[in-house]
Amino acid sequence: MATSETTLVHGGATAALAPRLTTVRAVIKFIRTKPLGAAGAAIILGMMIVAASSGTLAPYDPYQADYAAQFARPNLDHWFGTDEFGRDLMSRIMYGARIALFVGFTASFVGCTLGGLLGVISAYCGGKVDLLLERLMDILLAFPQLILALAIASILGPAVQNVVIAISIPIIPRAARIVRAAALSVKENIYVEAVQALGAAQRRVVLRHIVPNVVAPYIIIVTAQLGGAILAEAALSYLGLGAAEPTPSWGLMLSGSALSYAEKAPWIAIFPGIAISLGVFGFNLFGDSLRDALDPKLRRKG
Amino acid sequence: MRIYILKRLLLIIPTLLGAATLVFLIMRVIPGDVALLILGGDQGQIDQKQLVAMRQQLGLDQPLYVQFGTWLWGVVRFDFGTSLWTGQPVVQELLIRLPLSLELALLASMVSVVIAIPLGMLAAVRQDSWVDYLVRVISIGGLAIPGFWVGILCILFLVIVFGWGPPLEFTPPWINPWANFQMMVWPVLTVGYRYAAVTTRMTRSTMLDVLREDYIRTAWAKGLHERAVVVRHALKNSMLPVITLVGTEFAFLIGGLVVTETVFTLNGVGRFVVDAVAHRDYPVVQALIFLTAFSFVIVNLLVDLTYAWFDPRIRYH
Repeated sequence: MATSETTLVHGGATAALAPRLTTVRAVIKFIRTKPLGAAGAAIILGMMIVAASSGTLAPYDPYQADYAAQFARPNLDHWFGTDEFGRDLMSRIMYGARIALFVGFTASFVGCTLGGLLGVISAYCGGKVDLLLERLMDILLAFPQLILALAIASILGPAVQNVVIAISIPIIPRAARIVRAAALSVKENIYVEAVQALGAAQRRVVLRHIVPNVVAPYIIIVTAQLGGAILAEAALSYLGLGAAEPTPSWGLMLSGSALSYAEKAPWIAIFPGIAISLGVFGFNLFGDSLRDALDPKLRRKG
Repeated sequence: MRIYILKRLLLIIPTLLGAATLVFLIMRVIPGDVALLILGGDQGQIDQKQLVAMRQQLGLDQPLYVQFGTWLWGVVRFDFGTSLWTGQPVVQELLIRLPLSLELALLASMVSVVIAIPLGMLAAVRQDSWVDYLVRVISIGGLAIPGFWVGILCILFLVIVFGWGPPLEFTPPWINPWANFQMMVWPVLTVGYRYAAVTTRMTRSTMLDVLREDYIRTAWAKGLHERAVVVRHALKNSMLPVITLVGTEFAFLIGGLVVTETVFTLNGVGRFVVDAVAHRDYPVVQALIFLTAFSFVIVNLLVDLTYAWFDPRIRYH
């Protein structure tokens, strides 16, 4: 994953050096040219490692109540302290990374893929299909992301898979717009006309010649939506529409008890918030640098 | 201009109709019986008679097209039925809560613009310097830090340091400005910071685009000071997209208010949505979701009309 990303990021810059550039050198170059992006990638990587190995890394069982250790201040046994049930906050945050990453990746992937497909169809078919899909996307865009997700989640009921659905639907029109615009400009290229003139099947034109050329904006929008999806999951869980207790979801950890024990145990309200912010921060930094690198319009001229 | 306004007004009708249809579809077609949900039937046993009565009350026993017709007719007359929780008309409940949310949204927009435009400008002018990095980190941070957590931290800080608890009753600014200020200052800063982050990024990127234009090079070439080039020439032309963004953001603020109002226990429209969802008050949920889309469409229209007012080319496009 890391190597393919770094080569992507470099794009034109590595083209001349490519044969001699080792992975290590590519990474060093990436850190030099895009320090903020590299910092973001490091945060994402750290989050993934924590999520993947939380089973072994976490010092305690995240579900195990321990009433002897209720409201423990952060100490050597419990680095982040414990909550009102005596559950270890650090372990819960480590397990929480799994839910955040799962919801973030699946919601962003599902929403962008569906939206991307609609965008390509819209651009390729044109005419009435395009008009209809465009109006539909306009209507969807009139709903604030969180409100739409809230409504859908409230009907589907609180469960992790429903949260994924609720968050991915508002992403669809946003992805469709960007991919449609990219596909439209690809369609105008002479080579598409040439392939059509050669008698290629429509499917072939779309899959072999248009889709590969909208991969860059697709990747940009997937990464751009990742942070937002994680944030939306936290907000929905905070409002009681996401994962249900006792699931260690970051947003859920901040709801209810976090404020009622504010004076007694402020750490309950502090550490999960840091986890959310840091995670989303990492994804946004990385997404930003990726966009800067892949989007020629934003590249500095001269 | 008059023809343009008329055209735009006619164009929003299909969009609103589509939004009303979509809301109806979301509430009806997604699996799950609304009447059952309201009675809490997904959790245990349920009285069949009660269920039938609830279906009748909600009009769910009617065929789907009749339900749809009733809903649309209600939308046209701005009558969204009564709340299942309080028994009051939805519109009346909404009007009680609207002033607070409007004040919060307006002040937060103002705070965000005041912070964002100078910062975004500075970052663009000093691109890739430490100033730019700092501004970018602050603005990306504003997007990453969840609004409700900022709110929680504010309350935490106030409770621990000052032993302060959020006031419960909303005091309009024209009755007691000081009480109103005390209540609104933290929510406004919380929401404002987040929106400042979005606006800063927008200002920076449009400013970067404008700074590469030929006429800016000309301005430099004729020996103008940096200040004149940036403020006089570049700023004005980079403001249009920013104004659009501030406008659309304002409409979208309601989404951001949902969590902020919940954290600060402010009785505004955002919290109304959350409460309605928690109480399974579906007529209210349905109405509020439609109305957020409605306000978005209206704000967008106003932004477009302002554009057309300033730039005659748009009118004849």
